[in-house]
Amino acid sequence: MPDTPSERISAAAVAKVARLARLDVSDDEITRMTGQLAGMLEHFADIDSLDLSDVAPMTQPYPLTNVFREDVVAPSLDRDEVLANAPAAEDGRFRVPPIIGLDG
Amino acid sequence: MSATPSTAFEIAAAVRAGSVRAIDVLEAHLGRIAARETDIHAFNLVTADEARAAATRIDDMVAAGRDPGPLAGVPIALKDNMCTRGVPTTCSSRILEGWKPPYDATVVSRLAEMGAVSVGKTNLDEFAMGSSTENSAFGVTLNPRDTSRVAGGSSGGSAAAVAAAFAPVSLGSDTGGSIRQPAALCGVVGVKPTYGTVSRYGLVAFASSLDQIGPFSVDVRDSALILESISGHDALDSTSIPQGPLDLLSVLDHDVKGMRIGRITDMPEGADPDVLGRLEAAFDALRAAGATIVDVELPSLKYGLTAYYLIAPAEASSNLARYDGVRYGCRVDAVDTNSMYMATRAAGFGDEVKRRIMLGTYALSAGYYDAYYGKALKVRRLISDDFARAYGKADVLLTPTSPIPAFKVGEKADDPLSMYLCDVYTIPTNLAGHPAMSVPFGDSRDGLPIGVQVMASTLGEQPMFKVASALERHMNSSGVRS
Repeated sequence: MPDTPSERISAAAVAKVARLARLDVSDDEITRMTGQLAGMLEHFADIDSLDLSDVAPMTQPYPLTNVFREDVVAPSLDRDEVLANAPAAEDGRFRVPPIIGLDG
Repeated sequence: MSATPSTAFEIAAAVRAGSVRAIDVLEAHLGRIAARETDIHAFNLVTADEARAAATRIDDMVAAGRDPGPLAGVPIALKDNMCTRGVPTTCSSRILEGWKPPYDATVVSRLAEMGAVSVGKTNLDEFAMGSSTENSAFGVTLNPRDTSRVAGGSSGGSAAAVAAAFAPVSLGSDTGGSIRQPAALCGVVGVKPTYGTVSRYGLVAFASSLDQIGPFSVDVRDSALILESISGHDALDSTSIPQGPLDLLSVLDHDVKGMRIGRITDMPEGADPDVLGRLEAAFDALRAAGATIVDVELPSLKYGLTAYYLIAPAEASSNLARYDGVRYGCRVDAVDTNSMYMATRAAGFGDEVKRRIMLGTYALSAGYYDAYYGKALKVRRLISDDFARAYGKADVLLTPTSPIPAFKVGEKADDPLSMYLCDVYTIPTNLAGHPAMSVPFGDSRDGLPIGVQVMASTLGEQPMFKVASALERHMNSSGVRS
């Protein structure tokens, strides 16, 4: 649950969120973001007092369900054209650094 | 021959009739771009050579007795988050610099098939996150009406391109007001259609339950023309409504006699007095034209900002996970993939995008999901239910588009929350999936454009365009339009 309004988010929580979001952030950035996020969460506290127990969540505006189509063969993107955009490619595949690395 | 056509409607008619050449129309627009683009910065890229080739093909078709289509020779500018095959598409982000999409967005291919001529890719707030275009990695777009001020955002480049007559029409995308707010600030028409009416295949995703593509234009008729052209089902977009194109041009001349225009009695406060003054003038004009003004209450509307700024970042944090340096865009090399992802994303994303990814990741994270994201989805339902009740009493609702006219460059750059408040009147529409449009309706005392927002229920584009058209007729006949 949220902390008290003045401490809605801690620097440690911001650092954890940055790791989850795969963003390298400096200590200065963590300090700045903590202040900004705390200010926003403070503003967003306006919905805290609403009784929403009987309200169904709304995830999308138009009541469409899964859309299916016939499974037919059709042209797809050209592999060479796609790989031409890659930072690194080799033998028709994307090339990446080692997946098991120093960070574990 | 009559005067050089300036609207898309007139250009297409003249080019199809053979009375004007597409290449001459194009050169007139490229000439204005050459003269003024360095002062405005509407574009990330002007594709003059490709445009000349396309215009020449249109003229050749006309010469051969063939019809190039309903948008024959109409120059159009595209927000740089719409994929154009072989032409760089950046989202105004370093992380996509140099990327050339291997396919066209559906809207791009439809426009080309109808004879439109793309003149280039317009600037935006990075990944469409912002209300001023100041978050672009490639510099701010300035307001053609006053270049010390912002053009709005996130589709600021597309709004400015039309306001500066670099193109008669353009396309933008609207997630929380990103078409309507810059349209209001630049003094042009901007439309966010019903969710699902325009295909989003090839639109780079920001918040998938909110994003919609729509047009900018100088007059209401051109927005109707473009929206008719790009709407309709697309099998490549699974959120596309299975129906044909919208029918809009046929209703523009209808009068508004007997229509019910809703006034929101508990509208969120904080709008500039000049903005509220123009809104009152709009109610007066519609009343004089025979419409009835009815009061409606939407008690949950004031929570829209909170719901939006939890839902949109949550969806964005998921959609932007794909920028990891593996398949496209920039990469910062590192010893392993995880370090490479983190370094690439840190270098490639700007501050606002990082802020929203962080906010969204937090709102979705274990222990906070129910308190933030889950709650926001329920508030979204309350707002949608409020609208349903209001549209039982009114055909359309009228509000300001933006609480304030165009602000100075840098004025809000250091205060993210005050920037978010610019969207207070436009956000609820996106949460509900409804259509809404901004119509220029006079100026502030400082001579800055003010827009009035016309909102309607799901697939209520016809009543919305009728009212927008009536407001425009009022402005044209009162002669105060600058």
